[in-house]
Amino acid sequence: MKIGVCIKSTPDTDARIKVLGDGSGIDPSGIKFIISPYDAYALEVGVQTKEKLMGEVVLYTVGDADVQKNLRDGLALGADKAVHIDDPAAVASDALGVARALAAALKADGAEIVFTGKQAIDDDNVQVSAMIAELLGWPHVYFVTEFETDGSTFTATRNVGGGVEEVVKGNLPAVITADRGLNNPRYAKLPMIMKAKRKPLETRDLAALGLSADDVAPHVHVSAFGPPPDRPQGRIIEGDDVAAKVTELVRLLRDEAKVL
Amino acid sequence: MSGILVLAEHEGGQFKKTATELLGKGKELAAALGTELNAVVLGDAPASELGAFGAAKVYQVGGDFSSYATLQIVAALAAAVKQAQADVFLTPATYTGKDAIPRLAARLGTGQGSDCTDLRVEGGHVIARRPMYAGKAYADVRIDGKPAIFTVRPNSFGQPSPAGGSAEVIAVQADLASPIEVQLVERRKPEAAEVDLTEAERIVSGGRSLKSKENFDSVIRPLAASLHATTGASRAAVDAGYADHSEQVGQTGKTVNPVLYIACGISGAIQHLAGMRTSKVIVAINTDPDAPIFEHTTYGIVEDLFEVCPMLTEAFNKELGT
Repeated sequence: MKIGVCIKSTPDTDARIKVLGDGSGIDPSGIKFIISPYDAYALEVGVQTKEKLMGEVVLYTVGDADVQKNLRDGLALGADKAVHIDDPAAVASDALGVARALAAALKADGAEIVFTGKQAIDDDNVQVSAMIAELLGWPHVYFVTEFETDGSTFTATRNVGGGVEEVVKGNLPAVITADRGLNNPRYAKLPMIMKAKRKPLETRDLAALGLSADDVAPHVHVSAFGPPPDRPQGRIIEGDDVAAKVTELVRLLRDEAKVL
Repeated sequence: MSGILVLAEHEGGQFKKTATELLGKGKELAAALGTELNAVVLGDAPASELGAFGAAKVYQVGGDFSSYATLQIVAALAAAVKQAQADVFLTPATYTGKDAIPRLAARLGTGQGSDCTDLRVEGGHVIARRPMYAGKAYADVRIDGKPAIFTVRPNSFGQPSPAGGSAEVIAVQADLASPIEVQLVERRKPEAAEVDLTEAERIVSGGRSLKSKENFDSVIRPLAASLHATTGASRAAVDAGYADHSEQVGQTGKTVNPVLYIACGISGAIQHLAGMRTSKVIVAINTDPDAPIFEHTTYGIVEDLFEVCPMLTEAFNKELGT
């Protein structure tokens, strides 16, 4: 079974994010880049599916040369091959452009199921997965916390908000987006890390995918990066005892903040 | 026809707060652009009432939308957007906004700005401002596709007052069936129907200092109930089994935007702050005066939550008659 897993290389969750002086983006220096955490759940379910049904897990990512380190990380976690879509037009594109590039690669390689994370923790767009499904003409299921497949049909549990969960079923091929709670990603042990160095990692540009720069020209233009808006200085409530502080808090919430 | 189109979500025959919130903001944007404000409603709801919030026309797509079905929603909205010839499409960043709207954007070959917290008009365009990197940076987004699609974080704007007037309702026909739609097997609802965390106006969250699920349930949940608030939890509390992961607030949990956020026994790790830092009023209760959360609070109490919370619950019960 051909299993595609789309990943993105993003700053670590702990990273201190600094905005560049000209507002064109964030300063990448000193930042550790990882496989976006939700993509880690996607990779784990992809590898588990391969282990159950026999097949091959291929990683796909759009990025510059630095992403290859994270592709090797993914190979060490059980993926068999990695495809690096390396093209400046794709890297500079928007979600739809990236989705077009990924969909083209997945289609060319005959993927039968695609796993992705629900969002990349850098831009937090929550778009690419559904767009890939639309471009491929496949169903997708979002925010999946439980998943099972027999190779031709699948059952997935999705979180639709308000604490409500729905169990849905459908046919493959499909795009499944992983949410936290789907699984506990494995850690790469040293033998797997060594093995990963010899696994195939290939580079493709847009032309190799049958796409032109125009095909991925972005509609979304991002600019004027800045830090989060300032919060006015807060205060610690003083009082003789706990009861006095509680009374004062309620008064402030009612009369000053007016939120009651 | 063109202009600003707002997706007006509804439940139980009533429009949700996101609908009126977006119409209020949409009216302002439409006036600045010199264009019309319209709305789209999926299924059965009192569409003409949206005129009171500034909608000139409401495009109502007939069909049974009582059960969530992605492709049905995409087909319906594609038809409405086309009929309305919308320049800008505003939707809330709810499940529909995350699951169906990107699919719609791809189908229409346009762009989307997600989870926007502000919208303005500049140079004849709608420009959105939105958080990235879990809220550690913000940026402007301009979209040159038609329609420019923006999903908006609930509670980013206030609630407008109704001004009276009714909208013209235009029926939209659409072929809603799709051979690839997934099938619903089972729906699991929680026992207490709280407002979804991501749409909640008030949230009370507990951290690992609660020490047990029993404590969490007996201290945090009654406090939330006294405020008609939704219950949230830190990752540490969820990992320790005190609360469900659907209640987790933070970078790997839910991003929330309430008017009031009360954090009990939560230290304020970067990842937790990422999930709630845009809350309008933040209250923290923690015995540690150096806890990072106090750098982000409106009001802080440096006391034991086991003393403070029950007293607060009683005070809110009296204040709000809960």
